[in-house]
Amino acid sequence: MRQNRGWGGKGLLASALALCPWLAWAEYATNFQTPQSPIARQIYDLHMIILYICVAICVVVFGVLFYSLYAHRKSRGVKAAQFHESLTVEVIWTIIPFIILVLMAIPATKTILDMKDTSRPDMTIKVTGYQWKWHYEYINEEIGFFSTLKTTLAEIENRAQKQERYLLDVDNPLVVPVGKKVRVLLTANDVIHAWFVPALGVKQSTIPGFIRDTWFLAEKEGIYRGQCAELCGKDHAYMPIVVKVVSNTEYTAWIADQRKKLAAQQDDPNKVFAKEELITRGEKVYTANCAACHQANGKGGNGIPALDGSPVVRGAKAEQQTVLLKGRNGKMPAWAQLSNADLAAVMTYTRNSWGNSTGEVIQPKEFQEHRKTLGL
Amino acid sequence: MSAVSDLHHDDHHHDQPKGLTRWLTTTNHKDIGSMYLIFSFLMFLVGGVMALTIRAELFQPGLQFVKPEFFNQMTTLHGLIMVFGAIMPAAVGFANWMIPMLIGASDMAFARMNNWSFWLLVAGASLLVMSLFMPGGAPAAGWTFYPPLSVQGGMGVDFMILSVHILGISSIMGSINIIVTVLNMRAPGMTLMKMPMFCWTWLITAYLLIAVLPVLAGCVTMLLMDRHFGTSFFNAAGGGDPVMFQHIFWFFGHPEVYIIILPAFGIISQVLPVFSRKPLFGYHSMVYATGGIASMSFMVWAHHMFDTGMPAIGQLYFMYATMLIAVPTGVKVFNWLATMWRGAITFETPMLFAIGFLILFTLGGFTGLILSVAAVDIQLHDTYYVVAHFHYVMVAGALFSFFSGAYYWLPKWTGRMYSETLGKVHFWASMIFFNLTFFVQHFLGLAGMPRRIPDYPLQFADFNMISSIGAFGFGLSQLIFVWVVIRCLQGKGKAAPASPWESAETLEWTVPSPAPHHTFEVAPIVK
Repeated sequence: MRQNRGWGGKGLLASALALCPWLAWAEYATNFQTPQSPIARQIYDLHMIILYICVAICVVVFGVLFYSLYAHRKSRGVKAAQFHESLTVEVIWTIIPFIILVLMAIPATKTILDMKDTSRPDMTIKVTGYQWKWHYEYINEEIGFFSTLKTTLAEIENRAQKQERYLLDVDNPLVVPVGKKVRVLLTANDVIHAWFVPALGVKQSTIPGFIRDTWFLAEKEGIYRGQCAELCGKDHAYMPIVVKVVSNTEYTAWIADQRKKLAAQQDDPNKVFAKEELITRGEKVYTANCAACHQANGKGGNGIPALDGSPVVRGAKAEQQTVLLKGRNGKMPAWAQLSNADLAAVMTYTRNSWGNSTGEVIQPKEFQEHRKTLGL
Repeated sequence: MSAVSDLHHDDHHHDQPKGLTRWLTTTNHKDIGSMYLIFSFLMFLVGGVMALTIRAELFQPGLQFVKPEFFNQMTTLHGLIMVFGAIMPAAVGFANWMIPMLIGASDMAFARMNNWSFWLLVAGASLLVMSLFMPGGAPAAGWTFYPPLSVQGGMGVDFMILSVHILGISSIMGSINIIVTVLNMRAPGMTLMKMPMFCWTWLITAYLLIAVLPVLAGCVTMLLMDRHFGTSFFNAAGGGDPVMFQHIFWFFGHPEVYIIILPAFGIISQVLPVFSRKPLFGYHSMVYATGGIASMSFMVWAHHMFDTGMPAIGQLYFMYATMLIAVPTGVKVFNWLATMWRGAITFETPMLFAIGFLILFTLGGFTGLILSVAAVDIQLHDTYYVVAHFHYVMVAGALFSFFSGAYYWLPKWTGRMYSETLGKVHFWASMIFFNLTFFVQHFLGLAGMPRRIPDYPLQFADFNMISSIGAFGFGLSQLIFVWVVIRCLQGKGKAAPASPWESAETLEWTVPSPAPHHTFEVAPIVK
């Protein structure tokens, strides 16, 4: 059935192409992306049905309008009729649209019920929106990681050639197995974001303090891309979503690999790091988490305080630790989700970079203790 | 004795102030109407420059002209200024000038309050523009300013909140004035069901405004308290809910859509019959349809929030209710078509804009119907498809009808016929560039381009470039209108007779052009 319709569509397209060649580019650019999940296909078909109904009504309405504009012009010497009421036609054009609406509502209702049915998933992933990146957590697999934009600042500021996947590439894509029902739980850390992957037919706001859910089932292996769809601050355009759909075997291998990597990353809480080691690591943490607001040069700007020369960064350790762990004044977010080693590294980095040269070294253990003091 | 001399004194206005004081203290509905119209047009230009900043940045992928944070301020202020500073005041300007003349009243019911509501508008709109110069810049969370993002903003957000309060008070006072005028000051013999359609649509709009502006005021006050007084209305950590803000906002926001479009419907219903030389078809059903649309507008707000994740039953209810609005809206369009059917149509500029309105508003209605289907909406929500949809109903809907009304009544306002050639050039340039700007945005939205982004992936480049070219063309075309109006004000062009339009029958055409400062001091008798 679906096969048949597909061929019918292609035949229609071929004949349309023969008539107007410019339609060639229209197929991919002027409609929804090719659906890759059952829900996306339902949405696609639903949209086509409604669009065709609308086009048909348009033809009738505009047909009448343009005929009237042509035939009932004063310049043709017509004399205006004076009728101004007819109960019959008014009842007819109230009832007919109503019937059409009911007909449209039936398939629409079915799709909505399917979209909302998140029961019996094969796996569950928790998505958390951050300003301005995504965090993915594989429930039951104990794997979690951040996913951030890979496009360079040079490309964005037109100092370098833009890659083909400009603004649509991330360091760590979400990896899921093909043909499995994936339930997605969504929340946010700071403001509202929206997780949007058009080809999979998913869009859901992520709301801080609440968990919502949705689901998708990717039918084909491949890479599907989307963007944050809810205005979330200055880098709203720079937090894409990349879903990599792989075979079941590949997925199992990937999970094992991720576990190994995570184990390797686990730091001994009592380990004492050398200063250079902390600064190198801290710079990476800073670039990934802090530079978006405080800038790579530590100068801040636009209401964001500079870290270069900041009394907090140059002053007592405890105050900066508290700011890092608990956030401040609703703008500086809390970073308690970072590991003690990362926090120690980034704090050491800020205290020994730009114009700051306290020479101090902060060890992970100090953060472990400070968490206890703060009751975290 | 003294009462008599007072009367005499009032009749002649020998001591009417001149210059700036005249405009500051005027209580004349025509003066105030003119001030509303001119001020709203200025704000339209300010909001337009912001739109062009947005389109300039989006001309190509990458960041060229502005930083993302400034881009967000532009999208936010563009929306707020166009809605609260341009479209709504323009509609009030039309009401001020035309409602007393259409119903044969000498002025608005509360003339001093009328003056006050105009000057509050200026104060409110100025606060909005001033927010640009505050530390941290203007509000940047979109014209819908959803928390928690709007809680993060700087002092500019507080300016916006105060501005919304002041503009709301101004609108409520204007609405009370319109309701009282329409209900109490109609000429003898003009029953409600004989009233011109424009008065009806404004009467209903005024009730909508009084009903929903206090809701918006409550909404922004809660935001202000969350920002500064430690409350947690919209903060989950304190027991609040960010989504509750959206419910409250859209409980105001959806009727607001009809507040913007109903006066436009009224103008179209005045213009189409005149240039078709045939009475408005289905006057009664038009009145009922307007009432129907207005009452239903309170029941559909959450269709702006399908992607927040409400239960299936909620989605279904809001989808069905939204789809139903297509019925009364359809009735309006069919009635307008039937008005033109077998008329004797001529194509002066007001008629061209009215026909342009009819075509483009119908297209915007269809995309609205597509968006009402929750499943499809979830795919299109917050994409450029929505941007295209609401510009079809706001720009091609409200703005085109205001141009239609402006050309229609310019002879009455200025006493001069506008240049028909310039008017037609203005129409065709607006029509072509409008579609160039916004039609392609449907495709961008379908392909998945989110709105409110300063930079976009490469596959969206072509349509964005077309859209930006269209936007600059559309912006420049509006200067033609400035020229047309200035020519009329300078007294260039043919002197307008009392009734320049062949079959116009409403009361404003019975007084000379330009309309004298005081009209209908003795009420006309309507048969």
